[in-house]
Amino acid sequence: MVLVSFPRVLERHVACPPVEVDAATVRQALERAFAQLPAVRAYVLDEDGELRPHMAVFVDGVPVKDRRKLGDKLTARAEVQVMQALSGG
Amino acid sequence: MATELLVATRKGLFTFRRAGKGSWRAAAPDFLAAPVTMVLQDPRDGAVYAGLDHGHFGVKVHRRDGRRWKEITAPAMPPAGKRKGKPVLEKDGFGRPWPRKLKLIWSLEIDPAWPGALWCGTIPGALFHSVDRGASWTWVESLWQQKGRRKWFGGGYDTPGIHSICVDPRDARRVHVGVSCGGVWRTDDGGGRWRNVAHGMQATFVPGKKGLDPDIQDPHRVVQCAAAPDQLWSQHHCGIFKTGSDGRWREIKAKAPSRFGFACAVHPQDPDCAWFVPAQKDECRVPVDGRLVVTRTRDGGRTLEVLHKGLPQQGVYDLVYRHGLDVSADGRQLAMGSTTGGLWVSEDGGKAWSELSAHLPPVYAVRFASA
Repeated sequence: MVLVSFPRVLERHVACPPVEVDAATVRQALERAFAQLPAVRAYVLDEDGELRPHMAVFVDGVPVKDRRKLGDKLTARAEVQVMQALSGG
Repeated sequence: MATELLVATRKGLFTFRRAGKGSWRAAAPDFLAAPVTMVLQDPRDGAVYAGLDHGHFGVKVHRRDGRRWKEITAPAMPPAGKRKGKPVLEKDGFGRPWPRKLKLIWSLEIDPAWPGALWCGTIPGALFHSVDRGASWTWVESLWQQKGRRKWFGGGYDTPGIHSICVDPRDARRVHVGVSCGGVWRTDDGGGRWRNVAHGMQATFVPGKKGLDPDIQDPHRVVQCAAAPDQLWSQHHCGIFKTGSDGRWREIKAKAPSRFGFACAVHPQDPDCAWFVPAQKDECRVPVDGRLVVTRTRDGGRTLEVLHKGLPQQGVYDLVYRHGLDVSADGRQLAMGSTTGGLWVSEDGGKAWSELSAHLPPVYAVRFASA
């Protein structure tokens, strides 16, 4: 199973516990996670299904290369971490 | 008489409740630390709507029924589609990219045609309509498809936006929307057909005749008199304008102490009475001479009174942004919030003001409501 986790700061706005999914790509992992947590989708992806500009996805600690299609392949026990930049004042 | 004041700020939604004459008490803030760009109470069912800008996490809309907030649907436009296999890239009047991504909830108004119906204006310039209290939104594509819409451009933001929605109390199908920068658009059939009615406004920063083009006007705010809905007022980028009996806009002659500003409000019963909060000029957006004043006309713009009792008169840099001024339904109460966190209320039509706070986060919008 692939473990998908979300940034802790997002927990303030919407419940987003880590979830386990069966997935072969990053896109698949995220979509299956969103199937369990539908309210989280719009916080990570925009209205076109694209990763929001200041969000990042790491697989086993390495940032994904394909931000647009999220097509990077996953191993069976991969850890997918959704992260975000911090900014503002 | 309004008994509640909703204040949308860069760091949350603040509610003040009236405790007595000129006395308002702050309740615990909602959405503390999150930018709240617009707020609306629907007097028909008491629901409160808030537009939030979570930055990295996107724009959200929440609704409060009773005491409980619930996230509802944020409006969205469909993608622009593809041409010859490539995604269509839409551009503004200056040829800059104009993506269809929601950036800000910039206006929210009730649509009296149906219970629970709402209008929502956004940056990037899309108008939406809901018939189910924001559970779903319909994009008003007919406005987007207007030829003149392609000339719009952003004023202070990367893309254009709809900041004012005026629904005619006589006929809810007649709606005016104010666009920065893109003029004032009118529909008479609830959003089916549109025409730009900003004729007479003039953008003096645009050279030659082009400055009269309705499609490029920057009416910072447009308001409508409830009792005389043909009377519209606008604090435009280049002056204060009002509509005449022919529907054309004319700049008012009075200029005290400047013609620049963002906010305006019109008395709900008296079309000749309106308020403005002047700033020095476009390139210096602070009060004139460091004194915060409100101006009021009671004669349709022939003269402007300068009102300042209770407002700070020295070393003041507060700017009142386009949604930072509101008037109650009886026309007696006014509320004003600034980008440096000042909040004032008047209960005598602007003659005297009381400071409710000098330390709020930057204020985006103030709106009277009822508890």
